[in-house]
Amino acid sequence: MALNNNFDQKYIIETRNLDIYYGSFKAVAGVNMRVERNAITAIIGPSGCGKSTLLRAFNRMNELYADTSIEGEVTFSGQDIYARDVDPVEVRYRIGMVFQKPNPFPKSIYENIAWTARIHGYKGNMDELVENSLRQAALWDEVKDKLKQSGLSLSGGQQQRLCIARALSIKPEVILMDEPASALDPIATLKIEELMQDLKQNYTIVIVTHNMQQAARASDYTAMMMLTNGESRSGTVIEFDETNIIFTRPKDKRTEDYVTGRFG
Amino acid sequence: MAELTVKNLEKKASTISLRRKPRWGETIIQGLLFFSGFFSIFITLGIVYELGKEALLFFQMPGVDLLATLTTTEWKPHVNKFGIWPLLTSTLMTTLIAMAIAIPLGMGVAVYLSEYAIPKVRSTLKPILEILAGIPTIVYGYFALTFMTPLLREIFGKDVVQIYNTGSAGLVMGILILPLISSMTEDALSAVPRSLREAAYAMGATKLEVALQIVVPAALSGIAAAIIVGISRAVGETMIVAVAAGAGPNFTFSPFIGAETITGHIVRISGGDLSYDSIDYNSIFALGLFLFIITLVLNIISQAIVRRFREVYE
Repeated sequence: MALNNNFDQKYIIETRNLDIYYGSFKAVAGVNMRVERNAITAIIGPSGCGKSTLLRAFNRMNELYADTSIEGEVTFSGQDIYARDVDPVEVRYRIGMVFQKPNPFPKSIYENIAWTARIHGYKGNMDELVENSLRQAALWDEVKDKLKQSGLSLSGGQQQRLCIARALSIKPEVILMDEPASALDPIATLKIEELMQDLKQNYTIVIVTHNMQQAARASDYTAMMMLTNGESRSGTVIEFDETNIIFTRPKDKRTEDYVTGRFG
Repeated sequence: MAELTVKNLEKKASTISLRRKPRWGETIIQGLLFFSGFFSIFITLGIVYELGKEALLFFQMPGVDLLATLTTTEWKPHVNKFGIWPLLTSTLMTTLIAMAIAIPLGMGVAVYLSEYAIPKVRSTLKPILEILAGIPTIVYGYFALTFMTPLLREIFGKDVVQIYNTGSAGLVMGILILPLISSMTEDALSAVPRSLREAAYAMGATKLEVALQIVVPAALSGIAAAIIVGISRAVGETMIVAVAAGAGPNFTFSPFIGAETITGHIVRISGGDLSYDSIDYNSIFALGLFLFIITLVLNIISQAIVRRFREVYE
């Protein structure tokens, strides 16, 4: 295949001098980070520092509602996803997302997955796809006898795994997770974290989390975000490194203060 | 020091009062609220009583028979023929034509406003639609008579379309009901949580897929309610049909021929000099009761539909 090999195959998403604006307010400024393929990258930092905004820039979710714009570049496998001829629908097809609050469709468990596959023209054996997706999300055994029930009849943790199964059904390359466990109890959280380790074999995961233990336990790389102290009050990545370095010998004093719980 | 604190606490405890305090403002407001709720129920019951009483008088008159009313197709009060079907069919005709206009257009407008329009377009278009709903219905009536009817006659031929016809009344009634349906539907669509749309977009769904396959099904109960309210409005609409649909009961299914609806007939009869207790006078109460029953049944159906199709999305 004649691929454009100007980019490093090791990294699936890269940002260059990325600024994100809400109207004229610069919410996120000057982010340069590279997301490694088949690794888990965590984004941590205090509330309101732009973690979710940055994550949502990776699959062009920001532009759906508010008046947002970006400067700089976000590339996916070497392609600028904000280029004029790029269809955001195609971007989101390849870069899936799981949200903070579980949001299954008000359809049956089966339909949650089948609908998602169908809109992308899936013509194969639907029963098989539904089963495989649910197995990958470690939910099959719990729901195999009630596939016709509403997705909303499940517990919060099960709903979140259904949302993961739904995202997996269309085989994205990257899965973005926006605090996927913050609305769940510790046991459901543990299940999601175990699931992430399994999924790493085949997918790249970027996760925003408030929970520093979770980032330390579950991720390979960590990006530390914080508001800059200038008058603009934009959020930016102040340090990005392997997770064990961020948590044991960070270079930035602010990172150290944050991960040791001195503030935030 | 410690003793002192305990003593203070004891003293405080003895002065705490949990006794109920009189709150006159609350009591008065509560009474007024109860009265307004009771008042509207009382008025409704009063109307039903009056309708029922006069209708009963009608059915007790010589030559009137409920079965004949429900099964025969001639309404000629001067010869004691009271078959309700000619009036009922024209009511159904105008309603059907109106809904054929109002439902598809109303849905289209609502989906456009809630899913596609940018905020600026939405904030301009919504008030315009609401103005449409605020035009007096008599104006719509003359619009039907002086614009829609000539237009229909132009299209289908003057010998086919009569000057008074149910088609033109129905079409204009559809325009009247359009804003009602679109505004209620838009409210139902807008109430679907943003998280549900985001879920679909994040799975790579297109705008149309999100709108028609996720948002519309989730709002189905509200949409059904909007349609039923629209039908009730069409059945009860009076001024347009009185002006444009024609005078005189006519048992026909052609939209190009004049035929009087139930409401149109009531208006015409009650406008004349009727002596109290004449058979004509009493007949309009029976017709009113029929109308009331139709809209009541529609409301009951709508509530059943809403319960049945309610998609709980949270």
